[in-house]
Amino acid sequence: MKDTGFNDQGHFCSGHNACAGCAEALAMRVVLNEVGEDAIGVVAPSCVAIILGAHPNNSAKIPFIHGTIESAAASAAGVKQALIAQGKNDTTVLCFAGDGGTYDIGLQSLSSVAERNEDILYVCFDNEGYMNTGGQKSSSTPRAAATGSTPLGKTTRKKNMVEILAAHRIPYIATASTSHMGDLAEKVRKAKAIRGTKVLIIIIPCLPGWGVADDAATKVARLAVETGVFPLFEIEDGVKYTMSVGEKTKEIGSYLELQKRYRHLDDEGREGLQAEVNENWERLAEIAGK
Amino acid sequence: MNAPVRNTNVQLMNGNHAVAWGVRLLSPDVAPLYPITPQTPILEKLIDFQSQDVLSTRLLTPESEHSAMAGAIAASATGARVFTATSSQGLLLMHELLHYAAGARLPIVMFNVNRTPAAPWGFWPDQIDSLSQRDTGWIQLYTETPQESLDTTIQAFRIAEACEMPVMVNHDAFYVSHAVEPVEIPDQEMVQNFAKKPDRSLWLETGSIRSIGTPIGQAGWNETRREMDVAMQRVVGLTEEAGRVWGEQTGRHYGPLDFYRTDDAEVVFVTMGSMAGTAREAVDTLRRNGVAAGLIRVRLFRPLPISGLRAALAKIPTAIVLDRNYSPGLGGVLHQELKAELYGMENAPRMHGMLAGVGGVNVPPETLEKLVIDYKDAEQSQSPIWVD
Repeated sequence: MKDTGFNDQGHFCSGHNACAGCAEALAMRVVLNEVGEDAIGVVAPSCVAIILGAHPNNSAKIPFIHGTIESAAASAAGVKQALIAQGKNDTTVLCFAGDGGTYDIGLQSLSSVAERNEDILYVCFDNEGYMNTGGQKSSSTPRAAATGSTPLGKTTRKKNMVEILAAHRIPYIATASTSHMGDLAEKVRKAKAIRGTKVLIIIIPCLPGWGVADDAATKVARLAVETGVFPLFEIEDGVKYTMSVGEKTKEIGSYLELQKRYRHLDDEGREGLQAEVNENWERLAEIAGK
Repeated sequence: MNAPVRNTNVQLMNGNHAVAWGVRLLSPDVAPLYPITPQTPILEKLIDFQSQDVLSTRLLTPESEHSAMAGAIAASATGARVFTATSSQGLLLMHELLHYAAGARLPIVMFNVNRTPAAPWGFWPDQIDSLSQRDTGWIQLYTETPQESLDTTIQAFRIAEACEMPVMVNHDAFYVSHAVEPVEIPDQEMVQNFAKKPDRSLWLETGSIRSIGTPIGQAGWNETRREMDVAMQRVVGLTEEAGRVWGEQTGRHYGPLDFYRTDDAEVVFVTMGSMAGTAREAVDTLRRNGVAAGLIRVRLFRPLPISGLRAALAKIPTAIVLDRNYSPGLGGVLHQELKAELYGMENAPRMHGMLAGVGGVNVPPETLEKLVIDYKDAEQSQSPIWVD
């Protein structure tokens, strides 16, 4: 077995409610491990809220307020202000949300928190749709992906949340994947040390929602990175881009073929998606100065 | 009993600035605020106090009332004492979170300036904004004057924290929010002793995994509402106690209900907020003309002080309820509430529901006097009556 170099501190417990094989549980484990125990969490209704468990259980070793879906960031700001009022300035405020709670209904409050540069660490588990409600499209759903509300495939692009956040000039934004665990852990460590609004977006292939085999979540996440569909990079202060994985080494077909949400696509459809990935990648590489 | 501490610090100020003074004296930990007419002078005065370094509260200015209440909830859940203020559309935008705050048993104090909701747009005194939040679990108080708004803001913290339920204090747009009157500013030390922050039963703290709002089964959810019921049953007593102790300290006594010349009354007005001032004028004129009129002002609307209302109204043949609000298809909300609370009472008064001042239209004392003459001996009205 490959040594991941991961030193588990036991901050995420067994008995959680994730689907067997879910990459989100792994992502939570890594994030909670790096954040440590001097933290208070906010969680929006999402898969992550379910995974944390029902009352009186909590699969994390930090307390959470289960807030409302559109106000995760606003809630995190409230926790932070209360902690500052109590003189606990160093306690990390960790915010967990899904892509629905980030790209869609929570965008307004997240934008405000980013504009005010509130000192929170916001983690978006991006499974590209409302997977907790059975798999409907969100504005994070990519073009052509079939969901419960886009049965013939979504006709528009995935929202570029990273650039929206970058426009707020917050100190730190990063994308991450469980396939690159060391990179994810390092990004959490880095974000935790910065004062201000930090946002991590982690790609989470959803087993039932994307139609992925039970043992393939992290494999699909890796292919998302390797094909350039979900590039890993950091943005500091909204302007300094750094690629975490500097090359895309695979064609999109290897990524698409492991997912049922794209199985309706013909060659032309696949080529269209490849062209979109190429265009996005070239643009990103240009900005990042590669 | 100690003699009241008479304070000579009297300043001219409007109702909203009086609220800000109440907040300043207590300096809660956190106050998220979003501006809306006619609440804005509360926000501005607090920012002014902060810039003068006389308010230690951490003020937060998010992008919406929804986020203001979300921040208030989260800060309160983290153990902070929290204040916020809003009005009308802002309160309505918060609706979802009002349920959350009450369900999570967070003793947030919010001041709401009663204003007409759109459509059409209007900025006028009308209580339907807060009355339509009556099922959210917030304790609701309605004040009549700037002085009472200051005093009640402070009492609200004591009530909220004693029963771990949120409190919404309301005053009417402009008639109270912007009306300038002499207001006595109580002694800060007295205020802070009056509303000492107690230990809370549940909050978020590091070193514990105790969480708030976690998904729960049917029986557990049911139990939360039973516990809220127990808490709500304490509120009338807590409001009486807070008003009594405040009276001992300041000479200004308050209760869940405010009675004016009701002892031998044959007809009473029942109303809330600034309408009571007009009704008092009408009562005095009617009394001078030999009509035994009186006034019951409902200060605590949620929960309604049922036994107090029943006891007061049992002796009075006619009650004219003045509602500055309209619930379409129903009528005046206070009227409907009173009908429900008095149902089955043998010697209940004949009640007449008046839609008086809806949308902020002026209701002069003469109009109220005429209502008494027209309705004091009439059969109980079945439908609400629009007052011209």
